[in-house]
Amino acid sequence: MAINGVLRPGFVQVRVLDMAESIIHYRDRIGLDVVSTGDDGRVYLKAYDEFDRHSIVLRECDEAGLDMMAFKVSNEACLDEYEEKLRTDGFEVAAIAAGEQPGVGRRISFVAPTGHRFDLYAEIELAANGPMTNNPDVCQQDPRGMKAIRFDHCLLYGGDVDGTKKVFEEILGFSTSEIVVDDDSGMIIALFLTCSNKAHDLALVRHEEDGKLHHVSFLVEDWTSLRDAADIMTRYDISRDIGPTRHGITRGQTIYFFDPSGNRNEVFSGGYAFYPDNPLRVWKASSVGKAIFYYERELNDRFMTVVT
Amino acid sequence: MTEKGFQVTVIGSDKILTCQKDEPLLVALARQGYLKVPVGCRQGGCGVCKIRIVEGEFETGKMSVKHVSDAERKINYTLACKTFPKSDLAITTKI
Repeated sequence: MAINGVLRPGFVQVRVLDMAESIIHYRDRIGLDVVSTGDDGRVYLKAYDEFDRHSIVLRECDEAGLDMMAFKVSNEACLDEYEEKLRTDGFEVAAIAAGEQPGVGRRISFVAPTGHRFDLYAEIELAANGPMTNNPDVCQQDPRGMKAIRFDHCLLYGGDVDGTKKVFEEILGFSTSEIVVDDDSGMIIALFLTCSNKAHDLALVRHEEDGKLHHVSFLVEDWTSLRDAADIMTRYDISRDIGPTRHGITRGQTIYFFDPSGNRNEVFSGGYAFYPDNPLRVWKASSVGKAIFYYERELNDRFMTVVT
Repeated sequence: MTEKGFQVTVIGSDKILTCQKDEPLLVALARQGYLKVPVGCRQGGCGVCKIRIVEGEFETGKMSVKHVSDAERKINYTLACKTFPKSDLAITTKI
């Protein structure tokens, strides 16, 4: 497999209630670097091992949640191709001018059937302090806090997950690695989409309300890093949801916790390598406890109800 | 306020609960095993711990306007996770 077309989750723009508290959370606790603050107050951050300029954008607002998730694509020709395919399929596609976010080239933007806005872009400046490339050390500066390596994926909640699945598979070239289905009807309740070698780059859960954010996930190195992250959560009284534990789906190891505005975050490690010829892994809803929280073997109430 | 903190009465419940000064009401309720107010994000963002204060003084932290509108705030709807009692309170979970 050669990865082309959609390369990876590039950045996510999240609404926060209090910027000062949020910066402490994302910079000092999760360990991201603040890259810049825009004239409109948006704050741009990145993880230490990311080459691109930024991956997390915080926008202060009186309502928490997700503004948009953006994927980086191989080149400008891909943007044109996706734009045409989206329009042919009946989607309205908005053009976002280069520079709307600092260092980011032109974007195309559409709203998926689950009510989430997704942007695609091909160009973004390289970070001033990205990973080294000449006789590279593992990092340029000592990582802080939970030592997040990169923005990894999002889990989003909305109604028409079949519709969003179709767009991502048929237009954007994603594969579905795993699904959770209703035992009787076979209706898809949750699905895990990948554009890469990762077990998931985007996950969706069927939900009564559209456009909701379940979590923004950050990669950390290993199980021990999760222990260290959990220590930080207790020491700084961060609102923890569940974990450290493991997901049956993806097999990733995880802690869910909340930012100061109630947006759920995840620190995540491991997970299998996916190839597009892998057979689909299927979970029945009756086994969903093990699928989501492999050790607890049951969902907590918050998993299905607490979103922003 | 007594040494045990402010007294919190839940309308329709005979439990007498307390909340310490500067303690989020949701934390106090959960600490005393009162689970009818669900614990969500604890940060004012998800809205699952929405209640109404029927009587008493309180302060609030930042809450998502999606879950408690300005009009609702004026009639004492609030999120328990961002509510800090300033007197004894009577609250209702029926909203």
